Amino acid sequence: MHARTEAPAEAAPSWTGEIFSILQRFDVRQVPYVPDAGHSDLIKRVLASSTMRGIPLTTEEEGVALLVGAWAGGQRGALLMQSSGVGNCINMLSLTQIFRFPFLTLVTMRGEWGEFNPWQVPMGSSTQAIFELSGIKVLRASHPVEVSEVVEAAAGQAYNALTPTAVLLSQRLIGAKVFVK
Amino acid sequence: MSRTNLLDRREVTAALLRDRKDAIAIGGLGASTYDIAAAGDHDRNLYLWGAMGGAVMMGLGMALAQPDTPVVVITGDGEMLMGMGSLATVALQKPGNLSIVVLDNEAYGETGGQVSHTSATTDLVGVARACGIADSRGLDTMAEIEALAIRLQDVSAGPRFASVKIDPANLERVLSHRDGIFILNRLRGALGFKPI
Repeated sequence: MHARTEAPAEAAPSWTGEIFSILQRFDVRQVPYVPDAGHSDLIKRVLASSTMRGIPLTTEEEGVALLVGAWAGGQRGALLMQSSGVGNCINMLSLTQIFRFPFLTLVTMRGEWGEFNPWQVPMGSSTQAIFELSGIKVLRASHPVEVSEVVEAAAGQAYNALTPTAVLLSQRLIGAKVFVK
Repeated sequence: MSRTNLLDRREVTAALLRDRKDAIAIGGLGASTYDIAAAGDHDRNLYLWGAMGGAVMMGLGMALAQPDTPVVVITGDGEMLMGMGSLATVALQKPGNLSIVVLDNEAYGETGGQVSHTSATTDLVGVARACGIADSRGLDTMAEIEALAIRLQDVSAGPRFASVKIDPANLERVLSHRDGIFILNRLRGALGFKPI
């Protein structure tokens, strides 16, 4: 059996705190997620927040539908997931066109930068194209210094212009997960 | 799992919504949306013509955003089967104001009447209860439906789940609005939200 080394115990990168602050500033209230190591610090912050509700999902498509309901009820949301979860969302992504609601998703990428696990590569390779084919704008952050600017722009156009937007947080940014025996 | 004395889906839906007050109603893809339309168009209706498996999650998002307003999802067994995981997600959030009603004809009526899993093996009430929705019941009589119509106004005692075995006859379609942007913004307007 292979033991799996989770995200190193060192301090979380500062950009996760920046993302949290941006979501706060945009008055995001519902944060559905399927866990990913790259999102673990942000998820902790959301679950500890008094203004945001973190909502664990059984599958990512639930989160797209949830955000429709949230917006119908007057609240903004943002969906956190890993690239492999994007494929689970495809039919539900049609809701962004049907309802024209403010859709923002932050996607941690796998399968593109020093990946160890071949099972992550196919979906990671098609993530961006799937979003674009689904009518969703894609912005990408690959370096810590640009995360804040990219997420700010994405949140701005999602919430102010009802332009459905996905932010891809590159595996280069997050760091490839280390698998050791 | 077939039973006798099956209820009429239009009567069930009409009874649930007759004294709805401020309740928001979400109709799952297919006949449930026609049933809600047949009960009368309403600013607080959200009709789905697609997004199969998503009705309960839309209800959850709305219920969490509007905790003082009753939210009732009325959907079919096929739509519910596709989104069964959402029952686990709902149970974890415990929205007191959310009610889920499955009109179970044990078939995919919209596509030719192919039998669904509930016709033979799957017990959706058991699924909902096992997911953690303690108030999960199978309803067999109109008296029980009338009682649910009253209970769903209680925004503190949910979430609740009910499965109603209904007559599988395909009824005349009553077409609701299909323009999602209109439907959504009309609902938001009814809740007091202005367009961006």
